[in-house]
Amino acid sequence: MNTLRTLTEADFQPAPSQDNLEQISRPSLSYWQDAWIRLKKNTRALISLYLIVGLAFFTLIGPWIWTKDPAAQDLDQISQAPALPKTALLVKDFEPSATPIDTTHPPAPSGYPDALDAVTGLTVLGTPTTQSVRLSWSPVDQAGGYSVYRSESAPEGLMGLGLPLASLTAGNIVGFEDRLNLKSQTYYYSIIPTDGFDEFDVVSTLEVSPQQSITVSQALERQLIDSDDRPGQTVQLAFHPLGTDYLGRDMLARLMQGARVSLFIGVVAPLIYVLFGVFYGGFAGYLGGTTDQVLMRFADFVVALPFLLFMILFKIAFGIGPGESGILPMLIALILLLWPATARLVRGQVLRIREQGYIEAARLLGGGPSYLIARHIIPNTMGVILVTLTFAVPSAIFTEAFLSFIGMGVAPPTPSWGSMCNEGVKTMLSHPHELFFPALFISITVLAFNLLGDGLTEALDSKMRSKE
Amino acid sequence: MFRYTLGRLLSGVITVWFIATATFLAMHAVPGDPLMNEKATTAEIRENLARKYGLDRPLPEQYVIYLSNMIQGDFGISFTQQNRRVNDIIKDHFPVSAALGILAITFAALGGILWGAITALYRNQLPDIIIMFLVILGISVPSFVFAALGQLLLVNLNQWFGTSILPVAGWGTFSHMLMPSLVLGLGTMALLTRLMRSSMLEVVNEDFIKTAKAKGLSPQRIFFKHQLRNAILPVVTVLGPQIAAITTGGFVVELVFAIPGLGRYFVQAVQQLDYTVIMGTTVFYGAFLVLMVILVDIIYGFIDPRVRLK
Amino acid sequence: MNFLKSLAIALCLFSGAIEAQSVDATRQVVKIALAQEPPQLNSMKATDQVSIFVLGHVMEGLTRYDRRGNLAPGVAERWTLSATSAKFWLRKDAKWSNGDPVTAHDFVFAWRNAVDPKTASEYAFILYPVKNAEAINQGNLPITDLGIRALDDHTLEVTLERPTGYFMKLTAFVTTFPVQERFYRSVEASYAADASQMLYNGAFKITDWVHSASLKMQKNETYWNRQTIRLNGIDADYITADTRARLNLFIDDEIAYTQLDGETYKDALKNQFRIRPFATGSVYFLEYNYRPERITSNLKLRQAIQAAFDPDEFVNKVLQTPGNLPGASLFPSWIKGVNKTFREEYPAKVLRPDLAHAKRLLAEAKAELGVEQIPPLVLLVSDSPTATKQAEYTQGMLKTKLNLDIKIDVQTFKQRLAKMTEGDFDIVGAGWGPDFDDIMTFGDLFASWNLNNRGRYNNPEYDRLVRIAMNSSDPTTRMEAMAGIQTLVYDDAIILPMYEQGVIYIQHPKIKGLRRTVIGSDPDFTHARIVP
Repeated sequence: MNTLRTLTEADFQPAPSQDNLEQISRPSLSYWQDAWIRLKKNTRALISLYLIVGLAFFTLIGPWIWTKDPAAQDLDQISQAPALPKTALLVKDFEPSATPIDTTHPPAPSGYPDALDAVTGLTVLGTPTTQSVRLSWSPVDQAGGYSVYRSESAPEGLMGLGLPLASLTAGNIVGFEDRLNLKSQTYYYSIIPTDGFDEFDVVSTLEVSPQQSITVSQALERQLIDSDDRPGQTVQLAFHPLGTDYLGRDMLARLMQGARVSLFIGVVAPLIYVLFGVFYGGFAGYLGGTTDQVLMRFADFVVALPFLLFMILFKIAFGIGPGESGILPMLIALILLLWPATARLVRGQVLRIREQGYIEAARLLGGGPSYLIARHIIPNTMGVILVTLTFAVPSAIFTEAFLSFIGMGVAPPTPSWGSMCNEGVKTMLSHPHELFFPALFISITVLAFNLLGDGLTEALDSKMRSKE
Repeated sequence: MFRYTLGRLLSGVITVWFIATATFLAMHAVPGDPLMNEKATTAEIRENLARKYGLDRPLPEQYVIYLSNMIQGDFGISFTQQNRRVNDIIKDHFPVSAALGILAITFAALGGILWGAITALYRNQLPDIIIMFLVILGISVPSFVFAALGQLLLVNLNQWFGTSILPVAGWGTFSHMLMPSLVLGLGTMALLTRLMRSSMLEVVNEDFIKTAKAKGLSPQRIFFKHQLRNAILPVVTVLGPQIAAITTGGFVVELVFAIPGLGRYFVQAVQQLDYTVIMGTTVFYGAFLVLMVILVDIIYGFIDPRVRLK
Repeated sequence: MNFLKSLAIALCLFSGAIEAQSVDATRQVVKIALAQEPPQLNSMKATDQVSIFVLGHVMEGLTRYDRRGNLAPGVAERWTLSATSAKFWLRKDAKWSNGDPVTAHDFVFAWRNAVDPKTASEYAFILYPVKNAEAINQGNLPITDLGIRALDDHTLEVTLERPTGYFMKLTAFVTTFPVQERFYRSVEASYAADASQMLYNGAFKITDWVHSASLKMQKNETYWNRQTIRLNGIDADYITADTRARLNLFIDDEIAYTQLDGETYKDALKNQFRIRPFATGSVYFLEYNYRPERITSNLKLRQAIQAAFDPDEFVNKVLQTPGNLPGASLFPSWIKGVNKTFREEYPAKVLRPDLAHAKRLLAEAKAELGVEQIPPLVLLVSDSPTATKQAEYTQGMLKTKLNLDIKIDVQTFKQRLAKMTEGDFDIVGAGWGPDFDDIMTFGDLFASWNLNNRGRYNNPEYDRLVRIAMNSSDPTTRMEAMAGIQTLVYDDAIILPMYEQGVIYIQHPKIKGLRRTVIGSDPDFTHARIVP
């Protein structure tokens, strides 16, 4: 059993040296490179990054491609839904015409009529256009006046007569000219005879479809024609791919202009206050002691100010001068109120990092304060700051939108997505596009920055690193 | 513990003083004369009004008077409603905002915990995808859009039912509160859902869950007894700041749903430059929030000894 | 489906929802919404529409308006009016809601208080036709010198400062309503702060007032004319300025009346409601700054703007709601003249845009001012959506037509007023509504002494015409003078009239006798009734 192993000469040779054992076989990755790789693997974060690039493109390059003036008012296409380009009939400028009066007919009834006949002979004079629809009818015996209604759907008896355009107070007025915000669609005009005071229950209705038209002077003003064009021709109206707003301004152009305001506030305000917070918090955290106590107590005070109340108060206190957009007061108010959160966060980070072993080691190896700050403290807090910044953007955009919504935001005519929403929400049912597009842009932006923030948090989290 | 509480209260008082001073300064920086009105009045009348509100005195004196009145709990008389005291205005309108806020936070917390638990349970399955899509919507759509849509929904519902299911606006009964508080709580609910989901997923990896599994506990028991209870904790900690956000964020909802809350009143007061109401509401809100934070901290101190040691 | 519906209904009944019904024919109660909490129900100090609306229903002056809008006896049974004085005999059955009789002393107390500078009533000027009122209001005479005297409990004598043709119309105005001194002294500072802190002598009384939430009025059983009042209650269950919320409440049959605006009327149309027009009687215009250092003091520039502006386009395309009339004059078309309306007797010049003429005038203005380009003009407006929309239109219009640069200055209510008073503007968007039923409520607006003339327009000719109309009780002389003013407004381009305001509203078809009125408490539910 007990067989001894025979040792040979070779057993006493020194082991071959393995110098390359410690060699790193994969390329060295810095913290940031590693984070970038992990971010790229995160599809949602990547999509959000593309979205942000797209938004930047829309805001900065967009106005170079879509060169329409966002302030130009196209009063012939007010609150136009997104549609293909339209053509219009060129008509002469409006001239007020005399009230059509049938002189053979008495203006007031002789007594108090018990019943009146319905209006007959209701017709349209000339071509009905979106500039003017001229109605005419035969006088009703014993009538003391007429009420004119206009509806967008066929009335059923006395229901759904629509807008009361006029109450004519003489029985011999036998015509009416409607110019009220006409669109190229079908209208139902109803005429009800009255005894001068009360309407009678007889309605005559006429269906009219005005033709889209534009006056010569308006067409000239908007440079749609040269001066030698003649009425009766057809002209191409301005094209609005996303429709127009309540003054006929191009929605796409306004969204681009609004993007500049909303994104400017949304990005610049967080940049400044985060930066300030970093310095403030870093300073306090690095110095420590009484300075730290005093500085942080002040930050606590500012945090305690009710945010929205002070936002409104500051904005009013700074005031908006004539012709100013009101962007600057909002920016200042945001910065004044929001820096302490970052300051607190950074201070906490600095305090934590200061106690870390590697800082101690660096210090022992002779690293000075500036070296420590530049080489260790800043890079190590960078991740947290970046994440804070990303999440600060959507909240700043929301704040801007909210203030504009309650009428405390940017001053007209400057558009922002929030103020456009404010306008759009009022006509939500009749012109949904005026709310939909600005709300969509706010949502996309907020979503993109939120997702990017999530992605960054995961990518920069060292716990995640170990899990892979 | 007593000293800790006392210290916190003292710093709270200083904070309220800071808020009061900041409000006073900001308000007096607002250009315009609060006593001016659409119909021009004689100089005599304006002087009389100025004397009534103490606006004829130099600013530092006004500040001292204002502070000493405030210490006595008197916010003065409203400028626009010259026979109402600001204290009464706050007393009338704050409970409304508070009730709305409490219901909203209840909706948000219950909804957030429920949806968060469901999404974690069905991770990357259809319910998770649907709910998370809605959450993203909830986070990225501005609250005023929700408010407008919510009211529209009620109008259409009532028309469809042919009777008033829920009132579309106004205040008075519990049914008036439902839709506004739901709308108000939506953003927070979305936030809490996300938080709950990640918290649930984190807890799953904890050792005590593995232990419970190894012990052979039933999945239901693990879910309710261990996973859910531990996951809720971080959700509860963020509730504090969210309460503040919701109570002040009620502005839009109060405007849209015609609710007589303090937020709506504040916006009006700023537009009318009603000095006493502006100061009263801001200081009151500030003090309320400070108190809330202190309360939450003290309660944490009782629950978690680690906090107390700090 | 039925199950679902009944389940939902049951759930909501459980949660405390009340069946919405805006009118109740058996109880004769109507539900409405107020635009805001009434800020001031002290009749001596009330200035705003909502307060005047409530006060008009719960209190009554010497006279009142009947259901046709004519002046009718109120607390005063009859009266005599001469050039220098008026005498009123009060009815013995006029009572306060606590059962006390309404006496002549109550009027003396209220009127003295209203002009007392200590009260600081903004509407004190309404009483200026009364002897010494203006001097008292400026602090130069004691309030006992006011020309009002109670001869006995039921006889009141008023001495006038000068012949005032419209004096009787003032006696229906809120500022002249009676106030019982004893009650007032018992509550002093908190008078009218709550339902229980007022006395009522009108058709209704406030029974329940939850601040900023609701205000309920009930038929006043001590009102002398209670037999003619059909409504038992007016419940303002909602207080909101948001027209969309109000429309939604109307659709839901929770309120029986609401006004519409350019944004909401289309939704009302979709619901097939019967839409009614009403002219509010207010005129809206752009007012210029005439301080010499301001560029707008140049006549040619103002005329150029006047020639470029198209009131017809503005009303039809920008305002978009029916009922608004294109602006043409300082005087709205409803103002009464000698026999017919003033505007029928003295037609105003129609503003027609003439671009070539406008450009010519602008060139002349530049030459006179010695500038190449007119520097940017500051257009001051309030922060209401309508006002900003109009400002945006004006800015675009003047830029495209005349290449004039406009800087819009949007300010909150008080800040706009401060800037107006300090003259910190070139052009300001303004409006004027009538305070009493006489042409003078508009006519003296740009007199050099009028404090509301914030642009400081100063023209001796204008002042002369106002004085003629003020010191005469002959209708023709007065109207001739006012016609002179109307011409002056056009020729001197004092203001740019934009529009006469018209609004549209909807009301429950079962309400009859609801009166809309330009002056005083509007809408007037006093004589309304609900038909089954």
